[in-house]
Amino acid sequence: MRALLEIKNIETYYGLIYALRGISLAVEEGTITAILGTNGAGKSTILKTVMGLIEDQPDKGTIAYMGRRIDGKDTALIVRRGISHVPEGRAVFEELTVRENLLMGAYTRKDRDGISADFRRVYDYFPVLQERANQWAGTLSGGEQQMLAIGRALMSRPKLLFLDEPSLGLSPLLVKEIFAIIKTINQEGVTILLVEQNARMALAIADVGLILENGRFVMKGDAKALMEDKDVQEFYMGVHSEASLKGYQRWKRKKAWR
Amino acid sequence: MLDFLQMLVSGVAVGSSYALVGLAMVIIYKTSEVPNFAQGEMALISSFFTFMLLEQCGFPYYAAFPLALLFAVLLGFFLEFTVLRRAKDPNILGMIAITIGIEMILLGLVSWKFGADPKTLPFPISPYDSIALGEVFISALEALTVGVALVIMLILFIFFRFSKLGVAMKATQQNDTAARLMGIRTNRILMFTWGVSSLVGCVAGLLISPITMQPYMMWDPLLKGFAAAVMGGMTSLPGAVLGAYLLGIIENLFGGYVSIEFKSVVAFAIIVLVLCIKPSGLFARHYVKKV
Repeated sequence: MRALLEIKNIETYYGLIYALRGISLAVEEGTITAILGTNGAGKSTILKTVMGLIEDQPDKGTIAYMGRRIDGKDTALIVRRGISHVPEGRAVFEELTVRENLLMGAYTRKDRDGISADFRRVYDYFPVLQERANQWAGTLSGGEQQMLAIGRALMSRPKLLFLDEPSLGLSPLLVKEIFAIIKTINQEGVTILLVEQNARMALAIADVGLILENGRFVMKGDAKALMEDKDVQEFYMGVHSEASLKGYQRWKRKKAWR
Repeated sequence: MLDFLQMLVSGVAVGSSYALVGLAMVIIYKTSEVPNFAQGEMALISSFFTFMLLEQCGFPYYAAFPLALLFAVLLGFFLEFTVLRRAKDPNILGMIAITIGIEMILLGLVSWKFGADPKTLPFPISPYDSIALGEVFISALEALTVGVALVIMLILFIFFRFSKLGVAMKATQQNDTAARLMGIRTNRILMFTWGVSSLVGCVAGLLISPITMQPYMMWDPLLKGFAAAVMGGMTSLPGAVLGAYLLGIIENLFGGYVSIEFKSVVAFAIIVLVLCIKPSGLFARHYVKKV
């Protein structure tokens, strides 16, 4: 089976900063893939590079979606091919109403019936959006804005959905709710590539997990296997190794992949 | 009392042409956040193009005016495509400098081709006929200006409120990256914006040129239109229109009762006043970002 999205050995520069140092990744159709890493590891850069948001990048390497090259293409075209991106920090249109925001999500589509069906689908996932349909998006709470951003991305009926830190700035309860919906969306046939700092939540719903450090993948595996990995637990999930007799940890674990 | 009414009506009439220029500026400002100082000269060159068609090529009205509007739209496309799009990551000051540069070039072109002596644009309605509204008089041209301005406002309002393209234009202004992620071709949107704005400006130019037609004819309407747009908050279409009418009326009343010499200065005194009291403009409904 050929992967839906195939990234081969891409390298991205932000001006002089060497942000991605040879990334390869295959996203299989129907799965949830999670990319984990600390601040500045380059997680969001991967998504932005694929979407063509960073001008003249990737510097090297190829990106193929459904077997066709998309690297170096215009963002609008990539969206039309069926990838949708929920950017970090939500980026809703603050001075448009919730309804207009969703309508913009369906900008590339012409089928009126399909669009109104998708309005219903999004309102089903997030009933609060229907209540606030005629309110300016800027007046919504952070969690509602995140819901709106996800809903808006779904309006283009993507095959592949990129989520950049959906848990950012949300309460633990809301994070749980949003991740449950992400899982549902996946079960209804949308492939998902998720970038997260919240490793525990992400691995709980993901099929495959990858760990990114300094612009390189250092680990890849089944999400369950990663969750049980001692290194991952220590560095990304905040589980401490057994305390010493005196009640504190005296040594720091050494990363096995270094 | 009669004087007062007469001044009020003339104020509304003159406000209409400010309103059209102000609208044209707001349309561009809404999507690209640039105050376009070339607006006046874009209208100027379109008006002189019409003059050329009518006087020198002998076109009839029904052919010349549509051609002029088409010319204005293409001019807008052309300027956006060749000049503004080439500017790489411009900041606002850079963009303003570019629009002033365009303004100079267009002004130079018109002066070089047509000379500086005043002309008259042939127009189907004479600016010297007047219509009586009770005991108040309004010239036929002024009445036409008011009517046209109202129709254009209505069209623009409907366009920005209900059409997908209009909403996409607003979306592009609010968040360019997110707009691209929706599959909106933001470059095309910008080009389209310049076209529409140039069209509205051209209508203003055509309505002004039967009265005065020389290379500097758009200076005053441009400054007043800009003033009106600033008063209205720069992003609000109804704001710019209301600002323009207020400006026209106050200016006329001031000219009538206080001092005719300082008539056109009063506009700028008002701007200073408005910006002191309410810096975001009188009618801006701007969403304040939560931190």
